[in-house]
Amino acid sequence: MNAPTKPIEAFLEREYPAGFVTALEADALPKGLSEDVIRIISEKKGEPAWLLEWRLEAYRRWLTMTPPHWAQVSFPPIDYQDIVYYSAPKRKADAPKSLDEVDPELLRTYEKLGVPLHERARLAGVAVDAVFDSVSVATTFKKQLGEHGIIFCSFSEAVKEHPELVRQYLGTVVPQGDNFYAALNSAVFSDGSFVYIPKGVRCPMELSTYFRINARDTGQFERTLIIADEGATVSYLEGCTAPMRDENQLHAAVVELVALQGASIKYSTVQNWYPGDKDGKGGIYNFVTKRGDCRGARSHISWTQVETGSAITWKYPSVLLRGDDSVGEFYSVALTNHRQQADTGSKMIHMGRNTKSTIISKGISAGRGSNTFRGLVRVTPKAAGARNYTQCDSLLIGERCAAHTFPTIEVRHPSARVEHEATTSRIGEDQLFYAMQRGLTAEDAVSMIVSGFCKEVFKELPMEFAVEAQKLLGVSLEGSVG
Amino acid sequence: MLDIRNLHASVDGKPILRGLDLHVGTGEVHAIMGPNGSGKSTLAQVLAGRDSFTVEDGSVSWDGVDLLAMPTEERARAGLFLAFQYPVEIPGVSNAYFLKAAVNAVRRHRGEPEYDAMDFLKRVKAEMKTVGMREEFLYRSVNEGFSGGEKKRNEVLQMALLEPRLAILDETDSGLDIDALRTVADGVNRLRSPERSMIVITHYQRLLDYIVPDHVHVLSRGRIVRSGGRELAHELEERGYGWIDEAQATPAAQGAAS
Repeated sequence: MNAPTKPIEAFLEREYPAGFVTALEADALPKGLSEDVIRIISEKKGEPAWLLEWRLEAYRRWLTMTPPHWAQVSFPPIDYQDIVYYSAPKRKADAPKSLDEVDPELLRTYEKLGVPLHERARLAGVAVDAVFDSVSVATTFKKQLGEHGIIFCSFSEAVKEHPELVRQYLGTVVPQGDNFYAALNSAVFSDGSFVYIPKGVRCPMELSTYFRINARDTGQFERTLIIADEGATVSYLEGCTAPMRDENQLHAAVVELVALQGASIKYSTVQNWYPGDKDGKGGIYNFVTKRGDCRGARSHISWTQVETGSAITWKYPSVLLRGDDSVGEFYSVALTNHRQQADTGSKMIHMGRNTKSTIISKGISAGRGSNTFRGLVRVTPKAAGARNYTQCDSLLIGERCAAHTFPTIEVRHPSARVEHEATTSRIGEDQLFYAMQRGLTAEDAVSMIVSGFCKEVFKELPMEFAVEAQKLLGVSLEGSVG
Repeated sequence: MLDIRNLHASVDGKPILRGLDLHVGTGEVHAIMGPNGSGKSTLAQVLAGRDSFTVEDGSVSWDGVDLLAMPTEERARAGLFLAFQYPVEIPGVSNAYFLKAAVNAVRRHRGEPEYDAMDFLKRVKAEMKTVGMREEFLYRSVNEGFSGGEKKRNEVLQMALLEPRLAILDETDSGLDIDALRTVADGVNRLRSPERSMIVITHYQRLLDYIVPDHVHVLSRGRIVRSGGRELAHELEERGYGWIDEAQATPAAQGAAS
């Protein structure tokens, strides 16, 4: 018999399947950030004056701010003058009017990623908006959605076609100066998705955006805004990948959700940005602000996230429970392998009466990964009858990873009921040996344990993506036990 | 069928097995007794393929195949079963799911069709009845929150489902009261067959009143030092292990010490 190899450590090797680069000519700005750069971005996108002014205001706020240092992550300071703030694949003189005019190289990229944009090969019942570096390259099913009065398009297009809606809602959930990264995004955001579901309409299909970073040295600053008008219902999913590169790349997105009276928004994320190599070289810095506003009574916002990628993840999808009887939910699986670091969680701010929130967080740390749950449950003095349930579980794989939990609970109403449960467990060599002695491979055993651990979150994902997420988790842990 | 020769194994550089020889014929039941620290559990784990032990020397041939060259899960699929002294808890994975995956891994290996959910449930429920396990244990996480007796029953259940050619029972009696011991022993006895060999590891002869072995071996300091019929177990019961250790330490004084 060979010298004992630590099976868990061997399993923690993995391949990143989405790490290829697409050779495309790009129309990019030089590195650096200034008011001029913001003016150029705004001009390239043909934006109205009010939006440019809004960006510049955000930029001026940003200049006075400092990056947050409270997160349980460490990385060298970012040189914000060493980033390209705008990059778009070069296209023919005018924008493609249909998918047939989209560069075939781009279509192939998305096909390779398992996101066929061609409506012939489309994902059954899912409309896709594809964002490549700084711009949206295609949106499918627009016409069918239009028949229901649903608007699903790139953010830039929304600015042109529906400026009144954008102006009414932009920045009302995440204000320009909310935090350092949100201010940066507000100044330079390039593209993203825009969704509007009119009164009483139940969106007939899943909406999704697929974000791809391709260009080198480029930051991606997308902005997504989803509005569900009174009684409307929508389920939206985003997926993300990037090529393997030795340099770190910044992704600072802002997502705003607005649910009016009786409306319901379900927002799911499968985040698989390039995590860096096993020594921690390269990878995406995923610094994202996501917030939903349950503005009307009986509204409902649910966040589900499966975070397996990125070198560093810093995000706290939150819900402002303003309307009476509104409901906020957060379901999360965050996996860190090798040297990945994640500091993630949720904020539930109870303002309306009889508001309810649920936080289910599952953190998996493997290799030398570090995984932190950070949560805030705040019950304000007006929130009579507020209820929260938080469950926060950590699973450790191997001996060198870390898990941290920082829950904060602030209750200012005597009738509030707030529960918090937390567990930590470890996949041990003894569990693997036990399973292998019953004829299972170490991989099967790990994936069995991990899926058991994540069950409560996966069941919240739309069907077809639950399968994807499970596979992704398998790939992300591939080689982490041998 | 199982032929262990001059087996030396260590953990973290510390030798535990030091030249162990054992031959177990097809259909035979061998008991291995010995004081704490003599290497009983190490033998079980080395045979099952636990990689925290290093085999330094010797060979194990199983029906002519080099057992030590096979990966752990291959040994299991080929019919080697270890009933654990301390069955491991696997939170979040239901017993039913785990058992089905294990049974189907073995069936695939044997070229038999995999069980679907219906067939499996029928089979597992029947086996649970015979080992006295309530159905709710199917839907609980593997061994999680099980009492000592329930864990051991779950081991016997798995053994019945996996139908091994070679079963190693590692201190299956430890932590059991007399009733649980009887149920577990009944379960094991039902599985005795001319095609199935068993190695029963125990500290006390008590278990051997219920599972009657064909041969008894005494393990001391990593070697088999005495072999005999089941009367050897009674002798140990009366005289303890002390005389064996002393006899081994000072061979000249053999027989004098008691």
